[in-house]
Amino acid sequence: MDPNEHALHNAPFLWRNPEPKASYDAVIVGGGLHGLSTAYYLAKNHGLTNIAVVERGWIGNGNAVRNTTIIRSNYLWDESAAMYEHALQLWEGWEEELDYDILFSQRGVLNLAHNLHDERESIRRVNANRLNGVDAEWLDADAVKEFCPIVDISPEARYPVMGATLQRRGGIARHDAVIFALGRACDALGVDIIQGCEVTDIDVVNGRVTGLQTSRGPIAAGKVGLVAAGRTSLLTAMAGFAVPIQSHPLQALVSEVYEQVLNCVVMSNAVHVYVSQAHKGELVMGAGIDAFNSYAQRGGLHVIEEQMSAGMQLFPQFSRARVLRTWGGIVDVCPDASPIVGLTPVENLYVNCGWGTGGFKATPGSGWVMAHTIATGEPHALNRPFSLERFETGELIDEHGAAAVAH
Amino acid sequence: MFQIRCPYCGPRDEPEFKYGGQAHVAYPADPEQLSDEEWTRFLFVRDNSRGRYAERWNHAAGCRRWFNVIRDNGTHEMVGSYRSGEQPEDAR
Repeated sequence: MDPNEHALHNAPFLWRNPEPKASYDAVIVGGGLHGLSTAYYLAKNHGLTNIAVVERGWIGNGNAVRNTTIIRSNYLWDESAAMYEHALQLWEGWEEELDYDILFSQRGVLNLAHNLHDERESIRRVNANRLNGVDAEWLDADAVKEFCPIVDISPEARYPVMGATLQRRGGIARHDAVIFALGRACDALGVDIIQGCEVTDIDVVNGRVTGLQTSRGPIAAGKVGLVAAGRTSLLTAMAGFAVPIQSHPLQALVSEVYEQVLNCVVMSNAVHVYVSQAHKGELVMGAGIDAFNSYAQRGGLHVIEEQMSAGMQLFPQFSRARVLRTWGGIVDVCPDASPIVGLTPVENLYVNCGWGTGGFKATPGSGWVMAHTIATGEPHALNRPFSLERFETGELIDEHGAAAVAH
Repeated sequence: MFQIRCPYCGPRDEPEFKYGGQAHVAYPADPEQLSDEEWTRFLFVRDNSRGRYAERWNHAAGCRRWFNVIRDNGTHEMVGSYRSGEQPEDAR
């Protein structure tokens, strides 16, 4: 479908569909959740309202509608815990602030442990979380069964459940509603949301960004924020530098609609699947990336098969559930599985990428710190460690395996 | 799921293979002379362009040998494969 046609279909209800102006104080490239969140906080926290979000497709066609909606902040390292906990606290106020029913449900997130190593790492993470003010508990297998009765904890299981960490404040939100809420809020603050507008080049003069060439004509910009997830590398190449990310497919699936049987989010690293049940009743499952690079927004069926077999390990009763739909998105994976949010070698050009497989939960916090970075020209204390330079200084934030889920 | 042509065993299904990332990334000839920036590029930065991409695969559940594949990562078209030591133009 012609993206403009789709955009116009939405426009009268939640946001305008304006023609791009010749010039803006700041332009955000990428109309996904993080891009909209950035624009929202630029306008709300920093009073920048002569700004635009340019989106090559339409609002709500990329990873914003391809995620599994899980929200949590139980990351191991201090830098990540601070970043994601800030985001979680913003989630806790968003329904009221955005005046939209985003179905934010703090139903709890279980991260299962299946062997002694898992158990030790989990307890270590619980302790680290508590030191960082993140709510976390260790549950033994019986307590897991009590909290989530349909998990199979029988010792005969191939990978028996030995216990789990629980973050009670974690949960899910309805991703579509978050898009609508943010788009409307941005528009109400005066942000131009320009859909069907693909960036074809980035103008850099004497090491400073001056504007964008787009499929809808040139747009001059005082500042530019690249918030384009899996397509970030294509944009930074236009500006003459590279970011250490690789774009991979990440697939997920939903079942047909069933009665509510799963009361929380369940994640398992060793068996490798994460499962929740949407408000409407679909079981939502995801797991790891397809190994290869891709911009095609699809992956191999055997990856879906693996996550379904993992789901059946944990929930034998799901064997009779039927798959309604599977899909793939493009995720931007960093070598240390942590995002890059900050300055670039080009003046007034900022980048927010590398959230990989876990960006949805960070939506409010990512926008908050990116808006601060763009408005002030300096990183916020929370995103200072997530700089592009860390790959040169060696100050990596290695969340591979530490972040309570395999990537 | 891809079908990948192992240059030694012929076409097989993707789950038999392990992915190895961008091909033809040579170890620095004079590592002691590298600046921090050059090390960063060697260790962490790989081509992430869209289109035809030269990449390494290992036939893990077969002959266990490494080889190279040219694949269009925008369309998933398999252009061809070739042995380690050969060049992209040898792909078939």
